[in-house]
Amino acid sequence: MIEIKKLTKQADNKLILRGVDLSVKKGETVAILGPNGAGKSTLLKVLATLIKPTSGSIKINGLDLKKNQIAIKKMLGYLPHSSLLYDHYSPLENLIFFGDLYGVKNSEQRAIELVKEVGLGFFLNEPVKNFSRGMIQRIAIARAIIHEPEILLLDEPHTGLDQGAISILNNVILNMKQKGTTTLMVTHDFKQAAEICDRIIIVKNGKIVDDFTIEQPSLSVVSEKYELQVEGVS
Amino acid sequence: MNLFSSALLLAKKDLLSELKTKQILVTQIIFAALVIVVFSFAFDPANNTTKAVIPGVIWVIIVFAGILGLNRSFISEQRNDTMQGLLVAPMEAASIFLGKFFANFTMILIVEIVSIPFLFLLFDFKMTGSIAYFILVIFVGSFGFVSIGTFLAALAANSKSSEMLLPLLLFPITSPILIGVTQATRIILSDMSKLSSALAWTQMVTAYDVIFFVVALLLIDYVLEV
Repeated sequence: MIEIKKLTKQADNKLILRGVDLSVKKGETVAILGPNGAGKSTLLKVLATLIKPTSGSIKINGLDLKKNQIAIKKMLGYLPHSSLLYDHYSPLENLIFFGDLYGVKNSEQRAIELVKEVGLGFFLNEPVKNFSRGMIQRIAIARAIIHEPEILLLDEPHTGLDQGAISILNNVILNMKQKGTTTLMVTHDFKQAAEICDRIIIVKNGKIVDDFTIEQPSLSVVSEKYELQVEGVS
Repeated sequence: MNLFSSALLLAKKDLLSELKTKQILVTQIIFAALVIVVFSFAFDPANNTTKAVIPGVIWVIIVFAGILGLNRSFISEQRNDTMQGLLVAPMEAASIFLGKFFANFTMILIVEIVSIPFLFLLFDFKMTGSIAYFILVIFVGSFGFVSIGTFLAALAANSKSSEMLLPLLLFPITSPILIGVTQATRIILSDMSKLSSALAWTQMVTAYDVIFFVVALLLIDYVLEV
């Protein structure tokens, strides 16, 4: 599904990604862990076509990222730190706009369904600017999946969410997984990573230093491996 | 979605957004009204020589009211990083430029439709030239100014002092357009016997418009990179 070979990204004189090689199969849910400044978000931004890589190749579903950007963008759902929502628009207006941009048929119907799915059916026509952080994040999740993407790129999606919003987000990820969606999730939340992901990648100084699968959800295994790689504790 | 349908969707979003917030258009129209009132007090409308300043006043309104809108068009996409939402959507960067251009152009046309008749009314100006040519010159001039302005607004939006940077970049590059259309407007409003000269100015501005519009479409991909 995703094939990354010798990916590098240089900004000014700093090498942010130093030859990343990664292969992700269809339907996998992968957590990307690492300390601040390791290059996790940059890796996600390169995959989301927001940043052009300095060198290396990326193939998604056999399509080269440089040559088939539009086709690849249709497959991607991207959820960064920011909501990417228009403040003065209601959830419905935001979702219809993005649905139309992605060419979703019956975007209004789909938008209504999604807003109800994230538990904000009563706030369908309220401007987003009146919402709390958790409510905004729920609509942002709906925005990212409005076109039923094949690949979900999530950048610290659990940050600042209450328990209700966390369980909605996890349900969305798990439902998408059942439909065969591949998910790449940058996170600092080991508990969520252990619970919903079946593979963990640890990034340090722009390189992948560990890559393992989890058979049973276990926070201690993830924490131990992370400490070993990042903090040098055995 | 093709280049134009995405662009129209984006323009519709911007115009609906303007309809809700009324931030740009109202400011532009108030600014235009202020300029007209100030000029009408500075120059005696009863004096015939005052008519000579009207082409200049028209373009002062278009340029400065236009900058008010251009400055906001890309800065508004920085809140909640909505520009990233547009960049990850399946459309060309050129669609974003076109969408912003359509929205800015529509707003400046509305300002012109409101302010120019008001200007003529306050200066008691009776049109002796050709209205069709006058509209053509206003259209061609506004097109060039807004297309270059939209491109430069995208370029300046990433700067911390973008509100200062945009006029600094815009005025030197659009000065050929402004010189051309002011000359053409003056001829069309006052002396139709020199129409061929006005058309020559208009042709020059049209050529300039086309060149810069195509250059902007080709380069916008590099300008919008995060």
